[in-house]
Amino acid sequence: MIGIVDYKAGNLTSVARALRYLGKPCRISDDPEVLSQSSHIVFPGVGAAGEAMANLRQNGLDQWIPAWLEKGKPMLGICLGTQVIFEYSEENHTPCLGIVAGSVRRFPEDLQQDGLPLKIPHMGWNRVSFQKDHPVFQEIPDGAEFYFVHSYYPSPADDRRVVGWTDYGIPFCAAVALRNLVAVQFHPEKSGRPGLQILANFCSWGGSDAE
Amino acid sequence: MLSKRIIPCLDVRNGKLTKGIKFKGNIDIGDPVEAAREYYEQGADEIVFYDITASSDGRDIMIDVVRRVAETIFIPFSVGGGIRTVQDMRQVILAGAEKISINSEAVQNPPLIAEGARAFGSQCIVLGMDVKTVTPSAKTPSGYEMVIHGGRKFTGIDALWWAKEAENLGVGEICLNSIDADGTQEGYEIELTQLISTNVRIPVIASGGAGKPEHLFDVLTRGRADAALIASMVHYRTYTIQDIKTYLDDRGVKMRMIW
Repeated sequence: MIGIVDYKAGNLTSVARALRYLGKPCRISDDPEVLSQSSHIVFPGVGAAGEAMANLRQNGLDQWIPAWLEKGKPMLGICLGTQVIFEYSEENHTPCLGIVAGSVRRFPEDLQQDGLPLKIPHMGWNRVSFQKDHPVFQEIPDGAEFYFVHSYYPSPADDRRVVGWTDYGIPFCAAVALRNLVAVQFHPEKSGRPGLQILANFCSWGGSDAE
Repeated sequence: MLSKRIIPCLDVRNGKLTKGIKFKGNIDIGDPVEAAREYYEQGADEIVFYDITASSDGRDIMIDVVRRVAETIFIPFSVGGGIRTVQDMRQVILAGAEKISINSEAVQNPPLIAEGARAFGSQCIVLGMDVKTVTPSAKTPSGYEMVIHGGRKFTGIDALWWAKEAENLGVGEICLNSIDADGTQEGYEIELTQLISTNVRIPVIASGGAGKPEHLFDVLTRGRADAALIASMVHYRTYTIQDIKTYLDDRGVKMRMIW
């Protein structure tokens, strides 16, 4: 059973639908006890960091998530779920879970490409260049694109945690990996076949990047 | 860099796919769920559904269509038509749509934009604009006027002013439809698209007039659009989405070519 963490951050049903399409049983819950029965955890979310952290604290999920990872079991962060695993977000100056060293920063207002201003949020399809072999990013064709919607981006303190880079006026971290944790800024559940491949890979991953 | 998006638009009435020419004489051309799946397979970057059903029974049928589409395709899609309240939006979003498109409803009730953006985030709220060329006047200095109710009613509102106002109210994206070009298949209204796109900082989807891949090239380059809406050219199978994307990719327009 794949557990999907519900912390009132946007619509979680699209992740559940994609997993069901892949034939993976899943359950959306905000209850640490229920989530603990899962084999894998997906930590999705859309919205603002401040509100997300408040909702996580309310159900004790801010304590439960680090404890889950401590056990060595696999977790996949998506979008806002990815952002709150860092130490700090510039969005409303929010202290976050601090599982990965680094912060979440806002795209600069003056980003340009070929002399034209770039729009914020970064919304649409963009390439991710995956840096190293990781079980969750196997069989993703070169040049595959993923669907992004965000105004803030993860900035890990240690570049060695970055497994995927994307360019939007500046290069930014689109995917990060730390032991049994993988976290992506894009939406695999909305990224067509390459996105579904990532979800399927995650579901059959045991949690070790040496596999 | 972001790819430019190619977005087929499906008009739905009573759960069936239709395509109107200048909003008149709609004809049924099939099942929207099947069409969505086909366009997803062809490489559509997003899909727009526009519900032209008037009755309340029709709304339930549409929600069911949205639910079935969401189980079938795994790219973003938006739904518009007859969405008047945050509750209407919630229903469509819970059924699986990524975005909500509001048009006449926003002109008549601008606070709906801010309410929707607060409830679901700006990225969820698309402003549909139906625009007609007029002689510039004190009321409509840009020479483009907002029309509502499928192009039948002039509002006296300047299109450029409204685009900026809606951006301030929290719209995340604009789908800009030229009523003059809609259904002609003679090309998008390039000047209008460029005017709006260079005056707002949110993405603009160009709509109305696509007949050939060249038209998409023009609007995505000179017109500065972030995305292009297409209908007849794919509904009548003159082109596949893949044909169009290959044409644009060959000419240096950044496209998502692997799906």
